[in-house]
Amino acid sequence: MLDFIARRLIAIIPVLGVVAVFVFLMLRLTPGDPAAVIAGDNATSDQIADIRNKLGLDEPIWTQFAIWIGNVLQGNFGESFFFKKTVAELIAQRVEPTLALAICTLVFAVSISVPIGVMAAYRQGSLIDKAVMGFSVLGFSVPGFVIGYCLIYVFAIELGWLPVQGYVRIGVNFWQFAERMVLPSLTLSVGFVALISRITRASVLEVLNEDYIRTARAKGLSNRVVLMRHALRNAAVPILTVIGLGIAILIGGAVVTESVFGLPGLGRLTVEAVLSRDFPTIQTVILLFSVVYVVINLLIDISYTLFDPRIRY
Amino acid sequence: MSTETKRPVLEVRNLSVALPKGGDRVHAVEKVSFTVNPGEIVCLVGESGSGKSVIAFTVMGLLAKALKPTSGEILLEGENILAASEDRLRELRCTRMSMIFQEPMTALNPVMTCGEQIDEVLNTHTNLDPETRKAKIIAILARVKLPEPERIYGSFPHQLSGGQRQRIMIAMALVLDPVLLIADEPTTALDVTTQAEILKLVAELQAGQGTGVLFITHDLGVVAEIAHRVAVLRWGELVEMGPTEQILSRPVQGYTKMLISSVPSITPVHRGVRRDGVTILRTEKLGKTYSGNAFFQKARVVKAAVDVDLDIRRGETLGIVGESGSGKSTVARCIARLIDPTEGKVYIGDTEIATMSARKLRPHRRRVQIVFQDPYRSMNPRITVGEFIIEGPMNFGIKRDEAMARARKLMETVRLDPNSLDRYPHQFSGGQRQRICIARALAMEPELLIADEAVSALDVSVQKQVLELLDEIRVRLNLAVLFITHDLRVAAQICDYVAVMSKGRVVEYGSAEQVFGSPKDDYTKALFAAAPGRHWEFGKFAA
Repeated sequence: MLDFIARRLIAIIPVLGVVAVFVFLMLRLTPGDPAAVIAGDNATSDQIADIRNKLGLDEPIWTQFAIWIGNVLQGNFGESFFFKKTVAELIAQRVEPTLALAICTLVFAVSISVPIGVMAAYRQGSLIDKAVMGFSVLGFSVPGFVIGYCLIYVFAIELGWLPVQGYVRIGVNFWQFAERMVLPSLTLSVGFVALISRITRASVLEVLNEDYIRTARAKGLSNRVVLMRHALRNAAVPILTVIGLGIAILIGGAVVTESVFGLPGLGRLTVEAVLSRDFPTIQTVILLFSVVYVVINLLIDISYTLFDPRIRY
Repeated sequence: MSTETKRPVLEVRNLSVALPKGGDRVHAVEKVSFTVNPGEIVCLVGESGSGKSVIAFTVMGLLAKALKPTSGEILLEGENILAASEDRLRELRCTRMSMIFQEPMTALNPVMTCGEQIDEVLNTHTNLDPETRKAKIIAILARVKLPEPERIYGSFPHQLSGGQRQRIMIAMALVLDPVLLIADEPTTALDVTTQAEILKLVAELQAGQGTGVLFITHDLGVVAEIAHRVAVLRWGELVEMGPTEQILSRPVQGYTKMLISSVPSITPVHRGVRRDGVTILRTEKLGKTYSGNAFFQKARVVKAAVDVDLDIRRGETLGIVGESGSGKSTVARCIARLIDPTEGKVYIGDTEIATMSARKLRPHRRRVQIVFQDPYRSMNPRITVGEFIIEGPMNFGIKRDEAMARARKLMETVRLDPNSLDRYPHQFSGGQRQRICIARALAMEPELLIADEAVSALDVSVQKQVLELLDEIRVRLNLAVLFITHDLRVAAQICDYVAVMSKGRVVEYGSAEQVFGSPKDDYTKALFAAAPGRHWEFGKFAA
């Protein structure tokens, strides 16, 4: 087990290396000059050159990269070109809404999709099954912002039950925080529910054909026990895997959802940083996302052992 | 056996079960009647598709939804199960009637401990408190002769052997002393020594409790070993029923006679010593070691084969017999270089191939061909039989027309219609597929033919035909054959020489007559002692 964790943690290093190189080159190779953005529309070319010099952008690319990596390794993520703050401060300020959104979405999506997936499998071919499958196709195909605006229109504008936009810190007022979390996490859940309910259905269906399900029925157990105790636990590993992979959807979706609902989170920070060509911020956020992704998937791999005693690392 | 006076535990009257439309026949089971008395073991015998498992599942009420009982009654101590509600059936399961299954490897839930799984039965059907339940479970684990019941209670199925898992199944089935135990091929997936133990256990437990047993099997050896009465089924109909001794020694119906005559005798046929041919295969200290690599831990090393010395001459059949995990298939795969041996040498003729590079080996691949166990899975379902046969020869540069002509000839050799070469595998039966697999191997014009459990998945009557075919081909083409099997009866009939393997080593090696007639090694003796129905000489009847 320790051996496995150590190996996986070591394997993160090359992954981050590749991500770092990639993100760095992408930013430098796409057109658009941060200095020009900062200087504004009426700046002279001298002023721009001056800013470039101050930001270190006139160094050769590989020197810039070496300086950046050197700083990152020392825990210094640099200073934002645009916000006049260190990137670390900036991220610390913006992490709460995103974290809250991700957790709410995850809890919400899993608690909806797993039961409906199990029901669809148990009643294969029935109306419930068809409804779940139909919803899942819809959930995959409708873009997040469309769902977001539809929900805002119905629940915030027409019914007036929930606020349209904005964010209140959890420490400031929990109730206001909660009511502002509902629509965004619902929006972000749709795609996630579609994905997980589908994989739950497939996975449970497969398990239901196993011999031990027949044994369980031969023991005289009720359908509920057979389904929840025997089938679902055996179906857990593929479901967990997909939840792990789905974290990527969550991160991508957060960018859109935060913009729609005006949440001051990391997703919106990414958008703002990209638009203003804020290189240090973009690089750090992307690195952070990849660390989160890799670590969550490591945790999921470890959690397999809780569900399946045959898996030992 | 004076149970006639008591009421039967199970009475099946005129039972018919319909197959879904579009099946190869209308009924899975048609107008079958039989009884099981208390303390009696009744065997349902039949080949695949005879409907024997369908009957078992109908009794348990576990039939697939597509199958529907259409007529008749099933009386469990007088109560008609076919008329019982789903809730009533659930109450009866494991309390009055229990079932054990063929595959102990897959019949237990892999993520629950054995104790929990038995506890579920008690928890569902009784109001006992946890301590009493646990005591009862430990007691039944001891009764099915599992060592260290406390440890087994907390073990997961994958931590136990196949035989132990089947004991868990039996414990689970019998913990509430049901009146009827249905055993669906409970020993088919087990090794012969384990099979003997499980059969003994089932017989002991049912005799002690007076349980009626409905025992389903395809193996007449098992029938001879355990049954009081036998019912022979074919295509869903009851062919013949009677006391075991009567059915096995004085069968009336043609089908029963054919079935019994097809059982290979355990006494080897005298084939004479023909040790004058050219040596086709010779292995020298052949070995295969698997080792995992780990970062911090000590690597796990498994010696699958150790110091295996074998030789086969032209026109001879060498059998390797052994239980699962004995290394017999590993040896076969090393000889065919499907896996790379880690030690020793393999000579095909004069060529040493064990250490040869893949490129140099390629021309020699033709010389060794394998027929695998499962004809359903060893053929690509999406290519025609013709393409399947000619693919190999064409790969070695033979023109399509020529390869096709050869394929047609081979289809005749294996007694199939050459005009069916453009058909797909699913259009053939298991026995026919295995013939096609043999034709495919022969198309390469090999010097050595390896049959890896090639008849194990076949029904006994089909098995007999395929064995005869293999032997005929060996004589006609003067082939060397390496025959891997776990079935001693089959080995006795087809092998000139026999190597007995255990734990990766050859423990006994000699002519079939010598090994079967006067085994020297203790393991070989134990293996023969465990062969089901070894005391029974299955007669050869003219059908």
